[in-house]
Amino acid sequence: MSLSIEKRLELYEQMYLMRRFEESAAQSYTERKIGGFLHLYIGQEAVAAGVIAATRKEDSVITSYRDHAHYLARGGSPRAGMAELFGKETGCSKGRGGSMHFFDVENNFLGGWGIVGAHVPLAAGVGFAAKYKGEKSVCVCFLGEGAVSIGPFHEGLCLAALWKLPVVFVVENNRYAMGTPIHRTMTSEDVSIRALSYPMARATVDGCDLDQSYEQAQIAIERARNESLPTLLEYKTYRYRGHSMADPAKYRTKEELQEWKDRDPLLLLKAKLEPAGVGVEVFKEIEDKVERIVVDAKEFAENSPEPAPESLGDYVYV
Amino acid sequence: MSYKQLSIREALNEALVEEMERDDSTFLMGEEVGHYNGAYKVSRGLLDRFGEKRVVDTPIAENGFAGVGIGAAMCGLRPIIEFMTFNFSLIGIDQVINTAAKLRYMSGGQFKLPMVFRGPGGSVLQLSAQHSQCFESFYAHIPGLMVVMPSNARDAKGLLKSSIRDDNPVVFIESEAMYGVRGDVPEETYTLPLGKADIKVPGKDLTILCWSKSVPLCLEAASGLKEFGVEAEVVDLMTIRPLDEETIHTSVKKTNRVLVVQESWPQASVGHYIAASISEKLFDFLDAPVKVVSGEDFPYPYAKNLEALMRPDARKIVEVARSLL
Repeated sequence: MSLSIEKRLELYEQMYLMRRFEESAAQSYTERKIGGFLHLYIGQEAVAAGVIAATRKEDSVITSYRDHAHYLARGGSPRAGMAELFGKETGCSKGRGGSMHFFDVENNFLGGWGIVGAHVPLAAGVGFAAKYKGEKSVCVCFLGEGAVSIGPFHEGLCLAALWKLPVVFVVENNRYAMGTPIHRTMTSEDVSIRALSYPMARATVDGCDLDQSYEQAQIAIERARNESLPTLLEYKTYRYRGHSMADPAKYRTKEELQEWKDRDPLLLLKAKLEPAGVGVEVFKEIEDKVERIVVDAKEFAENSPEPAPESLGDYVYV
Repeated sequence: MSYKQLSIREALNEALVEEMERDDSTFLMGEEVGHYNGAYKVSRGLLDRFGEKRVVDTPIAENGFAGVGIGAAMCGLRPIIEFMTFNFSLIGIDQVINTAAKLRYMSGGQFKLPMVFRGPGGSVLQLSAQHSQCFESFYAHIPGLMVVMPSNARDAKGLLKSSIRDDNPVVFIESEAMYGVRGDVPEETYTLPLGKADIKVPGKDLTILCWSKSVPLCLEAASGLKEFGVEAEVVDLMTIRPLDEETIHTSVKKTNRVLVVQESWPQASVGHYIAASISEKLFDFLDAPVKVVSGEDFPYPYAKNLEALMRPDARKIVEVARSLL
């Protein structure tokens, strides 16, 4: 089923929020209000927005350290997200996790994981639990293409296929594992063929196109829900920024970056909606609303208290 | 109280059966746990009793099935993940240390992980360097984990039951060489608390701290010391993390002399940490330096005569103990 105009506008707002939230975070990082590693998702928004739009409340999402957008798409509060980046008690992980470890149990957002590929078996475990309990929920696991050569990726997919678990693995192929381009780490640039050996269903998706993103995810998610079978989806996408704020991304050309920016997911969606009669003022209204949300989130983060020193040892044991 | 004689293997099996009967969210997963009835037969009969849903054979993929256990525990199940031996747990140790031990903390307390990673560890006759080693120091180093190492059948059963019921990730290391050792196990249902040491033999002259396979050696040494008129107090730590400092300190304040006995290598070990911690905290109570008897600082050899030189033995424990008096 394709997306209605209303739903696409809702997702335009969400994607615009992802982008402005991170641009604001990048600004705060340069002001040293945010520390640690900050991995930005800018350019990849149509992947998280489209895929997560195809999930239901009872489904769950797990991802790697580039996690802000997935958290927001699952309904995570921009205030709590920004406060987490600022290391505040009001953060979505109470300031204990930081950028790489967003968690939001209320929205079944299961992190936020920093060891490449290690969360892939966890996703299989979430699917295992759903099947064990007889629930019809699906786990969607996001990972980068840099994660598909490490052992836990293969072990996770092997077990998901073997036990027919309701999991959708979404490889966000942004072409660079940190600074290393895909052709230097894989014999084929078609990441989806890795699905063949387990085997499981697969598809390659244009990660800049919100509609495709949603439609392909929906097919895979419903396969998981109705047939309890996993899928490996490869989304072709691109991150505009470096691997993290510490990376100036000098390993790629300006021309290459511009080619991808010409297919910017927000612009593509806008270009589709305008002929359908959505006027400039509609976008303006959405964008103004998002600006207010982002400014509010930053104010909230700045004004929130730090965790109390005496709480240093909290949350280690139950 | 009436008792029955069980091997540690049988006692562990009873603990698994009782806890799986008690709670449907508990399942056992690992290599050969089901159809093969367990590489060491700890899970004998479980598949017949509970079926494939709850006794899950896996491919050889320690990181994978350790991670599956964590994901399932995040969703409220109570997995028991069996490593065929703790030597192979190193393939999955990233999941235990970077994932299981960190989830609750990194999420600001939003999740708990009620799960057990269990299996055999320690040195075993002539299995040589890759299959004969102690890894408790690896896990005991990590905040967020509990580490449990029983030394007899009664403790093994009571502690495994508590570990399964606990809401924290527990690393439960069984002694591979001791699975067949028999002992008295209460007939009625019981559990033993985690984080609590057990005084196996009371004494006033010297505290001997030990766990797992070093406990029977220390009991033998304590008998030997009696011949010299020395009453040693043998404290079985049972839980390596968190340490029962209360019991340890009470004993040390009574005896003023401490010997720690471990099978593991000495450097960066649990035994040396305990010794250093006692020296720091209870210096004024000590009448002699705290000593540690460890395994020899080499990989385990295959040759029988060389291997025999590796482990601490009762004679050596007696000798070092006497040097403290």
